[in-house]
Amino acid sequence: MTDTVTAPPETRRPDIAEARVRLSDREGFLAWIFLVPTVVYIVALVGVPFVLAIAYAFSDVTTGDPSYDWAGLTNFNRVFEDDVFWQSLQNTFVFTLVSMIFIVILGKVLANILVADFRGKWIVRFLVLLPWTTPVALSTLSWKWLLHSIYSPIDWTLHTAGLIGSDHVYWLGREPHALIAVIAVHVWRLVPLAAVIMMVGLLSIPKDMDEAARVDGAGYWRRMFEITIPLTFPLIAVAALFGAIFTFTDAAVVSVLTEGKPTNSTHVLASWSFQRGIDGGDVGQGAVIALFLFPMLLAAAVLILRAVRRMETL
Amino acid sequence: MSVAVEVKNLKKMYDGGSVNAVDGVDLATDEGEYLVLLGPSGCGKTTLLRTIAGLEQPTEGEVLIDGSVVNGLPPRVRKIAMVFQSYALYPHKTVLANIVFPLKAEKIDRAEREKKALWAADLLGIGHLTNRKPRQLSGGERQRVALARALVREPHVFLLDEPLSNLDAKLRASARDELKRFQQRVGTTTVYVTHDQAEAMGLGDRIAVMDHGRVRQVGHPVDVYDHPADTFVATFIGSPPMNLVKHDGTLVGFRPEHLLPDEIVRGERVMMPFHIERIEYLSGDRHVYGTVTGLGDETRVIARLPATVTVPLRADETYEFGCEMEQIRFFDADSGERSSPIRLGSGP
Repeated sequence: MTDTVTAPPETRRPDIAEARVRLSDREGFLAWIFLVPTVVYIVALVGVPFVLAIAYAFSDVTTGDPSYDWAGLTNFNRVFEDDVFWQSLQNTFVFTLVSMIFIVILGKVLANILVADFRGKWIVRFLVLLPWTTPVALSTLSWKWLLHSIYSPIDWTLHTAGLIGSDHVYWLGREPHALIAVIAVHVWRLVPLAAVIMMVGLLSIPKDMDEAARVDGAGYWRRMFEITIPLTFPLIAVAALFGAIFTFTDAAVVSVLTEGKPTNSTHVLASWSFQRGIDGGDVGQGAVIALFLFPMLLAAAVLILRAVRRMETL
Repeated sequence: MSVAVEVKNLKKMYDGGSVNAVDGVDLATDEGEYLVLLGPSGCGKTTLLRTIAGLEQPTEGEVLIDGSVVNGLPPRVRKIAMVFQSYALYPHKTVLANIVFPLKAEKIDRAEREKKALWAADLLGIGHLTNRKPRQLSGGERQRVALARALVREPHVFLLDEPLSNLDAKLRASARDELKRFQQRVGTTTVYVTHDQAEAMGLGDRIAVMDHGRVRQVGHPVDVYDHPADTFVATFIGSPPMNLVKHDGTLVGFRPEHLLPDEIVRGERVMMPFHIERIEYLSGDRHVYGTVTGLGDETRVIARLPATVTVPLRADETYEFGCEMEQIRFFDADSGERSSPIRLGSGP
């Protein structure tokens, strides 16, 4: 330490009288600017189609005759009289519930693998995330080939291993098999997302929480069910609900994989709505079918928001 | 007396041997003893504690609990209980469920574990809080829940990792007193980790001072304070730390409270001119900063004058100060270790 203090080198700084408020200081104005793109996006791509769907549901609009005439509940009556609608509604719920269960269980297992520390974990993480990064239509196309009635490598493997008697399972041609195939593809493509969401939950648990439980004498399963799962429950719920929303609203998997076949038995609301409204040209009926997605999605959104709020208070 | 915890030549290396967190520690507790591991952050004290708990595996050496080697055994069978720095209470469980948790893991039946948990809660004065969640508790209450959760396991050893560092200064003093009384009541051997020398001096039956993964000195707080084994211990313990003045190849050490105006010092003494630079008044004491000459090299030192010493002193003036010969310690200037006394120019 020296006793003589030298003056710092001179720097010219503006006077306080010359100070100005910059654009980046005006937070109220900036908030509006930043929100506008989102608002435009939501209004144009969510709000307008939603209002149109409601309007079309009560009209006689078809692709051949787009003029709007009030049709009352005619479209609703005709949709309800159609067995394929009820089958699609049932399929939508069955696909969603069954795949949600598998997504949560397999997602939790994968999340545990993702947070584990081992050699080559980066490769494993990369591979795990691949299904999620592939476009749905493309990956479904490859599944269509994997499950092909004649050239299926899955059939060949099972047959060669002696697990099935005949050469061919006809995955997409028989009723329970086709349903299983659709569910399997949904699970395959959504598990990575669920795993990543749950991984975030696992990483947010303080390390000494797990250590305390170990010192307290808890084994692996007790730590998992009494500590880890309750602490990550909000994120597990979010993962489950995301999985449910993506399965519930998805039209691509069914449209590409089975096209609703055999005999319209694998249709879901989204694919049936598309087939009726766009392919079949009856826009009014298509709109009615699509509207049935709304209550379920509303419920899912409410549950997600509640899970997030619980996360904040934990 | 039997030994509750013992470590023999314990080493813990990280990053393939490049970092020695614990570097050859031999240490044993007596039954019912309160042993404090004291050292600066990064000295390896927490790693040592975690190795005893079984949360870390030693690279070399042995950990013994109740005379058996426990290397490789998981924490749950080691008959230890640990209180973490953060307390690590389970936030989704009530206070009672937190305390009951270790008993549930032991598969003790419901009625018995509730009884035991309530007993522990009452012992620690949190019986009225059993239905609360941890986030509804104050820092001191959380600490007691953590202690109760440790207590119900009836461990042979308590391992406490800086349990007071999350409390504010005022609460810390009373919590320290409570911890000591708690341990005296239950009589369980305790290993306590802290970087706070006041906690160590106040709580420990013995203190083990650690630095760079090694134990520098183990002993009764008074011995460690009065007879430090080396310059690290001498300067780490004591506030302000021991003054060290270089005299040829030797460091001459004396505590600030022993450097007093010459007319106050009794008996055989060493005198030295003390040029005062600055005086601080701290809770009645005067901390006097300045430079001594004549004893050895010119060195900045601190003197701590108790409130009972009223000799008028002013900054920028030189006074004759002295230190009792008995209170002077000698260290080797190169190794820093205690060395034999040398002749100093003593006073009349």
